[in-house]
Amino acid sequence: MRDIFIDELCSAAEKNKNIILLVNDLGFGVVEKFCTKFPNNYFNAGISEQSMIGYAAGLAASGKHVFVYSIANFPTFRCAEQLRNDIDYHNLPVTIVSVGAGVGYGNLGYTHHGLQDYSLMRSFPNTLIASPGDIMELKGCIKYILKNPQPSYLRLDKSTKYQVHKNIPNISPGRWIKIFSKTSSKKTYLTTGAVIEHTIKKFIKNNNLDFSLHTMPLWGMKYKKYQYNYISKYKEVVVVEDHFQDGGFQSWINESLNKKDYKTKILSKSISSKVVGKVGSQEFLMNYLK
Amino acid sequence: MINKKIILNIAKNIRIKILELSNKAKSSHVGSSLSAVEILLVLYKFFIKKKNIFILSKGHACLVYYCILNKFRYINLKTLNSYGKNNSILMSHVSHKVPGVEFSTGSLGHGLPYATGRALAEKINFTNNKIYVLISDGELNEGTTWESLLFATFNKLDNLCIIIDYNKIQSLDFTKNILKIEPLKKKLESFGCNVKNINGHNINEIYRSLLLSKNNKPTAIIANTIKGKGVKFMENKILWHYKSPDNKQLKEAIKSLK
Repeated sequence: MRDIFIDELCSAAEKNKNIILLVNDLGFGVVEKFCTKFPNNYFNAGISEQSMIGYAAGLAASGKHVFVYSIANFPTFRCAEQLRNDIDYHNLPVTIVSVGAGVGYGNLGYTHHGLQDYSLMRSFPNTLIASPGDIMELKGCIKYILKNPQPSYLRLDKSTKYQVHKNIPNISPGRWIKIFSKTSSKKTYLTTGAVIEHTIKKFIKNNNLDFSLHTMPLWGMKYKKYQYNYISKYKEVVVVEDHFQDGGFQSWINESLNKKDYKTKILSKSISSKVVGKVGSQEFLMNYLK
Repeated sequence: MINKKIILNIAKNIRIKILELSNKAKSSHVGSSLSAVEILLVLYKFFIKKKNIFILSKGHACLVYYCILNKFRYINLKTLNSYGKNNSILMSHVSHKVPGVEFSTGSLGHGLPYATGRALAEKINFTNNKIYVLISDGELNEGTTWESLLFATFNKLDNLCIIIDYNKIQSLDFTKNILKIEPLKKKLESFGCNVKNINGHNINEIYRSLLLSKNNKPTAIIANTIKGKGVKFMENKILWHYKSPDNKQLKEAIKSLK
């Protein structure tokens, strides 16, 4: 996903000279393409994430659309207050690009796992979460963000090139995208992010399907209001995420039903906190998604 | 060029207004505002024009800033007098919701990184616009201050001017009793800044220090100031980081200014 992100950013920067890529000394083998092509639009802030977000805010306030590229917790928790005050409060067009969603960095350990990032990023009122499920959704998310510059969080799997959509789907914030749907089914799976690959492989095993599958790549605090109409069509919605349940996507779905009269059962499949400190590949650690 | 007498008279009136507003709103940080009056006055009278930008990083000194914004007609007197009232746009840490304010601060260590990004953008765009940022000496405790200096010097941001309101008192004690800031000039020079050491209440010295030269280095001005400046019983007292003057103290303070 990260290579596709850089390719898309390069294409966009050909047309838009205000696109800036900012890194905190990370991105070996990924960002070179951009910095070779656009040396005046690329800056390495050094290993100083909090200040980097401040620089991004200053650049964005000057008319730039800044993409800050880093890993999981470094551009999120490490600089949470800068995201809150400098970016979200001032409503500036800065896109935090976080690579290594969930347990994508497997053996690198808990410090590199993004398991609580939704809980932080969705607490910012102006921030749009973009969590693409496959490479087509990724292209759709980038297209949307470039067209609608705003505080945003692009959450990428480290290396998947999974493709579930034939073409770039028509995406907008809060909208469910159908992967497959059985009209008679009263149950649907709902995913956000690259966990869709795992969902299809693990939970959707045969062709005799009695449920639907949807994905929602764009969401955030502002878009809860659209959820009731989708959810109320089903008796059961199983929300799948490569994140802890607490503060995550399923929690967000549950919150969207506050003060609504609904009968739908909302179930969570998320990563257990027992994964903390466990060593293994991404595939191995995803066994903690239950 | 500079009519010192007129400016000092304006400074006195701003101090009176700061004291009155603090008294009325029962708000803190009066000492932090009083130390920065001349700096902001010279900045707004001579430097924050056209596309030059000012950022108040020590956002708790909002009172002096709001008074300056009123003086230079960004906000009217009615708005200024709403300070401390419910539904006022003037919160007690400076906010970008106020006309003329570039950036909201209050949490320390945010203004300089933002100003650095602003200065970088001006360089990318090949403009001659200057970015001025006022930080507190307490902010010299923040990692982001020194990180930003590394970045600003590496990227040769000579359009960036960092003014340190060196009143030598921070939240709980004198700065020298919290962490070892000195030798400040040497530290800033070793980071690659063009350093100027001035009396932060002297109009001419402030004016001269704010003239930036193209030398590929950001400018750092150590503005030696007095916390609570102008009001004898407030000067150099930690108490006036927090306390607001009561009616009796207000009268006494205004009397001492006149």
